[in-house]
Amino acid sequence: MADLTAVLASTHHPFYLKATTDHSEQRMPHADEWQRKVEAYRETLTAARPDVLIMVGADHFHQFFLDNYPTFLIGKQEKYDATFYNEEREFGIPKYVLDGDMELSNYMHQGLLDAGFDFSFSHELKIDHSIICPIITVRPDADLPIVPIYTNIFAPPMPSPKRFWDLGRAIRGIIDAYPSDKKIAAIGTGHLSLELGGPRMFGDHGPDPEFDARAIEWLSTGNIDSVLENVTHESMASAGNATHGFMDLILMMGIAGPREADYVDQLDLFHTREMFMTWYPNKTEALAAAAASAAESSGASLGPVYAAKDGVSA
Amino acid sequence: MSKYYVNKFLYSIDRDPEWVARYKDDPAGTIDAWEKECGTWLNSAEKTTWLSFTAEERHALETYDYEWLFAYGAHFFLYLTLFIGLFDEDWAREQGPLSYQREWARRLEPWTHKDYPSVAL
Ligand SMILES: [Fe+2]
Repeated sequence: MADLTAVLASTHHPFYLKATTDHSEQRMPHADEWQRKVEAYRETLTAARPDVLIMVGADHFHQFFLDNYPTFLIGKQEKYDATFYNEEREFGIPKYVLDGDMELSNYMHQGLLDAGFDFSFSHELKIDHSIICPIITVRPDADLPIVPIYTNIFAPPMPSPKRFWDLGRAIRGIIDAYPSDKKIAAIGTGHLSLELGGPRMFGDHGPDPEFDARAIEWLSTGNIDSVLENVTHESMASAGNATHGFMDLILMMGIAGPREADYVDQLDLFHTREMFMTWYPNKTEALAAAAASAAESSGASLGPVYAAKDGVSA
Repeated sequence: MSKYYVNKFLYSIDRDPEWVARYKDDPAGTIDAWEKECGTWLNSAEKTTWLSFTAEERHALETYDYEWLFAYGAHFFLYLTLFIGLFDEDWAREQGPLSYQREWARRLEPWTHKDYPSVAL
């Protein structure tokens, strides 16, 4: 059976590449720390030695629009082009061509149907920055085949947080049953509190630091009960109008299961708080050592991070 | 009224560098041209016969009026990326990095702590 060697859940920030390759006088003050944290986080994936990546993201109205918007979709291709013109324009993200894994895409798709998730599918999917950002941050050589899974976190009405958790659990079951000796890593990105186009965007911090601290606690403790008690479409909207991307992080926690994370890091940037979390479902000494060495350079925690009583991370 | 049609305009302009340039140079003329060439088509062969703008929608798009679009519930992601593409560089050169975005946030301050208009259709 396949070996799920790592589950990564992080925020995606499309300006990471631009910010950290800017060596002009305008280089943002956080760039060095940001880069150090991202490169340390990358080590938590590298150590898991994956052969293939299951990648969870969301199309930001690049390929899909309101004439035909998929709630859940899987890509089924030998190759994937990536990065749209307006992402190059706005973020300076380069184009990529990634390999696919048809066998795992097909197996995953059938498994999802069997589990009651009637997925849409695409044979001409172009990948956007929700998947390319983590390629840039944790696998910059872009040398592994991917199986892309897209969710709707943009266009209401959206599925419930519970449904994202359940989907994560279903994906985990399918990975565990996959008859292959491959090592699989699951990588998904989303957001903590996020505001786009409203009064709280581009502030000195994310729009709701208290939500962010609680969210990191929920995820890093594997506390799905608290998530389901506290996270609704309304509570996410009040944390910031684009906070629904948090549901993709709930999905990733679903893949990991209700258990503590093995690596938890964060960075308070202007506009957002960034989060970098890894679970090792079958933790070995080598993986634990890799996480510890990464944490030495990043300052990450090797276990749960709790919100202080006032809501901000302790 | 058609929130969908407003979103369709923003979506299809934003993804095409030629439309972006035309919309910046001549918003009113570009909206007319877009309706004929793109807005009323489902694909290159099939017409969509029933979509049109109201006067208010057309005016908001002609004036890049994000305050109106926000209040109307057009999808924030669509006009944020497009308008940043149109104006960010000019503003950054004249008033510093992120000045366009920060002025935008400031002008929407009256919405703070209120329920925002829904982007649902
Ligand atoms: Fe995003």
